[in-house]
Amino acid sequence: MSKDHEDAPMTIGGSPDRVDGVPKVTGTALYVDDLEAPGAWHGATLRSDVPRGRFVSLTRAADFDWSDVVVVTADDIAGQNVVALIEDDQPSLVPVGGMICHREEALALVAAPTRAAARAALAHLTVVVDALPAVTTLDAALRADVAVHNDDNVLKRLEIHRNDDDIDEILARCAHVIEGTYETGAQEQMYIEPQGILAEWRGETCRVTGSLQCPYYVHKALVMLLGLPDDQVVVTQAVTGGGFGGKEEYPSMIAGHAALLARAAGRPIKLIYDRAEDIAATTKRHPARVHHRLGLDADGQLVAADIDVLLDGGAYVTLSPVVLSRAILHAAGPYRIPHVRIVGRALATNTPPHGAFRGFGAPQTTFAYERQMQKASRALGIDAFELRRKNLLRSGDSTATGQVLTDSVGSDAVLDTLSAALERAAPPAAARLGSLHSPVRRGRGLAFCFHGSGFTGSGEQRLAGRVTVACLPSGDFEIRSSSTDIGQGMLTIFSQIASQALGVPAARIVLSEPSTERVPDSGPTVASRTCMIVGRLVERACLALAEQLRAHAAANRLDATDLATVAAHRVAHAGPLAETCEHESPPGVEWSDETYTGAAYPVFGWAACLVDVAVDEDTREVVVERCIHAVDVGRAIHRRIVEGQIEGGTLQALGWALWEAVPYDDGRVLNPSMTDCIIPTSADAPELETLLVEMPFAHGPHGAKGVGEIPMDGPAAAVAGAIEDALGVACDVVPLLPEVLDVLLVDQPPQETLA
Amino acid sequence: MTDWIRPTSLAEAVDARRDHPDYLVLAGGTDVMVGAIDRPAPIGVIDIFGLPELCVCEHDDEGRLRLGAGMSYAHLLGDARVAAAAPALVESAREIGALQIQARGTLGGNLGTCSPVGDTLPVLLALDAEIELRGPDGTRWLPVDDFCTGYRTTALAADELIVSVRLPVDSSSREQVWRKVGTRRAQSISKVMLCASTHRRDDGRLADVRIGLGAIAARPLRARATEAVLEGALPDGPLAARAAQAVLNDIAPIDDVRSRADYRRATTARLIRRWVLHLAQTSTTTNTGS
Repeated sequence: MSKDHEDAPMTIGGSPDRVDGVPKVTGTALYVDDLEAPGAWHGATLRSDVPRGRFVSLTRAADFDWSDVVVVTADDIAGQNVVALIEDDQPSLVPVGGMICHREEALALVAAPTRAAARAALAHLTVVVDALPAVTTLDAALRADVAVHNDDNVLKRLEIHRNDDDIDEILARCAHVIEGTYETGAQEQMYIEPQGILAEWRGETCRVTGSLQCPYYVHKALVMLLGLPDDQVVVTQAVTGGGFGGKEEYPSMIAGHAALLARAAGRPIKLIYDRAEDIAATTKRHPARVHHRLGLDADGQLVAADIDVLLDGGAYVTLSPVVLSRAILHAAGPYRIPHVRIVGRALATNTPPHGAFRGFGAPQTTFAYERQMQKASRALGIDAFELRRKNLLRSGDSTATGQVLTDSVGSDAVLDTLSAALERAAPPAAARLGSLHSPVRRGRGLAFCFHGSGFTGSGEQRLAGRVTVACLPSGDFEIRSSSTDIGQGMLTIFSQIASQALGVPAARIVLSEPSTERVPDSGPTVASRTCMIVGRLVERACLALAEQLRAHAAANRLDATDLATVAAHRVAHAGPLAETCEHESPPGVEWSDETYTGAAYPVFGWAACLVDVAVDEDTREVVVERCIHAVDVGRAIHRRIVEGQIEGGTLQALGWALWEAVPYDDGRVLNPSMTDCIIPTSADAPELETLLVEMPFAHGPHGAKGVGEIPMDGPAAAVAGAIEDALGVACDVVPLLPEVLDVLLVDQPPQETLA
Repeated sequence: MTDWIRPTSLAEAVDARRDHPDYLVLAGGTDVMVGAIDRPAPIGVIDIFGLPELCVCEHDDEGRLRLGAGMSYAHLLGDARVAAAAPALVESAREIGALQIQARGTLGGNLGTCSPVGDTLPVLLALDAEIELRGPDGTRWLPVDDFCTGYRTTALAADELIVSVRLPVDSSSREQVWRKVGTRRAQSISKVMLCASTHRRDDGRLADVRIGLGAIAARPLRARATEAVLEGALPDGPLAARAAQAVLNDIAPIDDVRSRADYRRATTARLIRRWVLHLAQTSTTTNTGS
């Protein structure tokens, strides 16, 4: 870590110490379960045990001492029994007589003085359910002989059309048509800290604190559930141990439960999930099936793409419409294709709802289109880099929705950076374990992709996020935003941006606790938008404040190079001063939700990922021997944090590609533990070669654009392509577990190589 | 409330075990604690972790290496005598858990749990190890293959403690190989484990072939049908194929959340084949080189 001089403003592009580093490393940071809440009881959740059915009755055992237990049911809900999000179809608690739509539905809540007592009390509640036929796979949802949502099980359908009236004939005339079906599985976010909420009531005001990404999402949900005015619900983020999207929507469910229990118990309630409950009940990445037809001319120029995208949305609408939106908006890839038809459907199944996870639909469709490009490269005998360069989007080109790219187009740059890096020697591969070594087969795969930064379409305009920066009497500056630090470094990056804009040292910057009673709604911490969108608001508010302070300095003959002193003077003599900025979209950004045309995103990040693998001849285990990832981030505000985002996202993607299976049986997760739900360890990680490409974005702070999600998109296709290169079999599913490869290789006789 | 006894000597531990045969014997806790949330608390615990007499590693009068049951995997990794007598044991210990687990988990604990995925057990099987058990009536020795009786069951009597593991005097002269196939490269539960050892006669034929396998049946086991195919044979390609076929009769793997029976079968067979090919290759090298 380079150390900024204490009196100087924090630099941009360096790697100053993280604002939250010391408390996290020394263990003084307080996560929700660390918070003291005198008199608090602990909550537990009674869940259904059938994937679908009618909730007939709930009875309490007569021979159990209920005196120290509080039980809450849907009858105790004062407001509307929904978890408010996009559609209000998901209940907080299934009422007696209501429909159970998945195995982890909450039917009742209990609270008791200890966690063990609360969990023990659950065993004394008896549930009667009339089980009904359930839909637990995409195929069953498609068949729709059991309808669990409308009559076709379609939660949402979205389409993109670009000169596709006669796309079937166009494809028929193409010199080459590559066709494939690609399946990707659910993925668990596996944040270190499981989900949890602390709720308490002070009079008629409900206050919740917890492990969450989006305080205002929780606020909206509580207002509706509790039937309270906005100002009687206060939501605060505690220090949060990772999110990856997993703490975008589900905390609204837990917060509602904790609030209901706290009201009934008349005391604070901690509702903290253990790992098993967290994996079983909370959201995961949408399983997907993408059917893709890609037409090319004889020279390898892309002509047409016909893409069908299916997502398993689970039992309720939740975020599936927007995940589907991002999935189809990325489905044609970063390529010039004159004719495009994309049809996307999110289907309802009787599994716990799938939800936000880093990449948000894009990794699934990226896997499909880059596998297609790999197959095209092989079929046409065109080098992988050359095929991409022949077809990639450059400045002035337009995407499948007709968005003309003009600013910060790093497509060529990431490929050039990657191919230059290939000239360098590979880092040494990890030592092999054990003493019985098997031969390996090696292969290489390339993936190239883009990722839209910020909300889709007109989302940012609609949201109109706000940030306030205020002068404190001490001369410090307080940044008030609802962005949350979930480990990604937002606290540090906002400090850097503010410190630079105000010309004051880091010590002068204070980040307000993200609490809905203190900060305006800057929008949720999602969609690779925090630095680019909210960080820009921080910068604008600071610049406006600096201007006012310079005027104050001039009027009062103060030294305008020391704005902290000026600010203290201003507050002492002329009262409080704060600046609030609201998001303004760059001019000319037009989007139509009706036709799905126009500027889908303010700007795109670009990435190229190359993977070398070695596949064990005997065990089919895959070792990633080399992984180079070149990512265009616009501008790295904090170099080490940006590299960390790319390395972490890359490893998460390698995990999705190779190990992270979440198998279900009739709607139940079969491996709800860290022992069996495998994520890669450092021993599984190659020496990641991370290359930053900086094509500044005019409307981001210092040129920055999104970086959080894009590293998740490409690596899985690169891995699958590399394994295909090594083994000569098509690898069209993830995760590519040894068991999967073993089936693919079943017709290949063992090679008579001696070890 | 769970009673807690922490003996300060082996004699005290043996007495405690005699007096409280229904107490749980704790020798590190790396397995016990994983299940602690789901299982009822034991009525009592005899905590023998770190008991000095159980941490001794020494050669006996006949030159056999005797490893205290209380030796942690970290101990095993750091001991030159273990590395000389049983390199495969060191290799298996190196792949168990993380450093913290290696510091807590013990040889005796691995034996006492007798999980089908206990990582040291295939090695002990392939090295003809014997287990020292001590109870109120004294000491008895059991071959490890007789000690492991089934899925998480052993021949240990309710009043006995596992005291040590003894390796045959010839273990260091055995050619040993070890291979763990796990769910990932570290902190992983095994899907297939193979430890194989053999002597070679002057004519290049295999002698005293021992194969220990794990995660392919309800208990770790010796691949006796495969051993029979290999015993006295000259390693070559056809023998490798026969052994790979034979091992399918030795194992009875299952489908579970970590892997599938067909994968475990096929992988075990390929690893057996690989070992025999490896022996064929090294014997050729030796012959041409000498």
